[in-house]
Amino acid sequence: MSDTIKTDVVIIGAGPVGLFAVFELGLLDIKAHLIDILDKVGGQCAELYPEKPIYDIPGIPYITGHGLTEALMEQIKPFKPSFHLGEMVTKVEKLGEAQFRVATDRDKIFECKCVAIAAGGGSFQPKRPPIQGIEPYEEKSVFYAVRKMENFRGKRLVIVGGGDSALDWTLNLQPLAQRLTLVHRRDEFRGAPDSVNKMRALVAAGDMDLKIGQVTALEGDAGQLTAASIKGKDNTVERVECDAMLPFFGLTMKLGPVAEWGIKMDDELIPVDTGTFETNIPGLFAIGDINTYPGKLKLILSGFHEAALMSQKAYHYVYPEKKLVFQYTTSSTSLQKKLGVA
Amino acid sequence: MSEVLDRATPRAGKDMMPKITYIEHDGTVHTVEAELGSTVMETALKNDIGGIVAECGGGCTCATCLVHVDQKWFPVVGPPSEEENQMLDTAFEVTETSRLSCQIKVTEALDGLVVRTPSYQGR
Repeated sequence: MSDTIKTDVVIIGAGPVGLFAVFELGLLDIKAHLIDILDKVGGQCAELYPEKPIYDIPGIPYITGHGLTEALMEQIKPFKPSFHLGEMVTKVEKLGEAQFRVATDRDKIFECKCVAIAAGGGSFQPKRPPIQGIEPYEEKSVFYAVRKMENFRGKRLVIVGGGDSALDWTLNLQPLAQRLTLVHRRDEFRGAPDSVNKMRALVAAGDMDLKIGQVTALEGDAGQLTAASIKGKDNTVERVECDAMLPFFGLTMKLGPVAEWGIKMDDELIPVDTGTFETNIPGLFAIGDINTYPGKLKLILSGFHEAALMSQKAYHYVYPEKKLVFQYTTSSTSLQKKLGVA
Repeated sequence: MSEVLDRATPRAGKDMMPKITYIEHDGTVHTVEAELGSTVMETALKNDIGGIVAECGGGCTCATCLVHVDQKWFPVVGPPSEEENQMLDTAFEVTETSRLSCQIKVTEALDGLVVRTPSYQGR
């Protein structure tokens, strides 16, 4: 386990609202670390709609999810936030007044004065195929991610999906596997054309199999897969013997461990005080899509407002002895210095 | 002839509200009125129809609003675009008449449409 990381505020979620929180906190001299389960910043903007236009960011008539993420990263640059990507927060504990401990699934420990949950719709996790009885195989012979390629050496593998993850792992694991079968529902792939060509060449050379269909049943014992049934378009079912299966159907949002931290919840959302965006636990805030209050709108612009008010309250926990004087970035030399423009 | 006209006249034009029938996986049937120009997904959410998640809010980026269009209606609704087809790759139990309901715009021609929701939308 690494040394404890000490900071003022830990922000859970590096979507647009988490990113903007860095800005609002930064103006008040509050340092922040951000943790996100995705391996990139931007949250839903990056994962769900990087190329889709957003039309309701005040003052910006048109911007894509990717564009907004880039712009926010530029805006918060002066505050040098630290990012911990590809990590899931597993535990948040209140140790005392303005004192929290946050732990991640990568065994990182943070100690901070406040925590801001900006986790949107929860954490992005792999979609699980609805194959009856799949649960006992998960993490034993059905994997949604490849941690160590060596684990698949000499095995008979079934990879399912038609995107880049499925194709990349097909190309990477094919040389190691005893036999690899790629299963996809149609004979067209949305992955990079180069990967598609390489995969087709392997199939043509007889070095791997491609089956068009959907996996409908699994066979095995005590979590160890022995075969998968694949139903083709003509409804014929083919049985493929295998030792492991890797389904790649993209990601979906799940609430995740948030519900286990003792925060009062309301149907998977966190009720907050609309003056401070504090939860029932003092010093623990919830901003953006994950919170709820009368009139709540799940809009990025609402999350920005919430981040600003949260920061005002967080200031009192971080600097309890100081009085906060409200200032404008247009006129305050002190704020402009922080932004590196004065 | 007059019967057809009688039925069509009050419902024609921009105030027409096509009826859509959703059949949930457990057999629950909902027949609701849809606004022209809205989508089959939006209409489902508006009417609290189970089985439609619509995680991304209609962006054709999450495949959690899958429906199976009734065989009879599929030629009217039409096939998915390539963009939608790519998202269907990340859905489950996809059939020849599966569509993402956020990509089906409600038009007068869809009055009477029947769709079925799947048992699982990936979450």
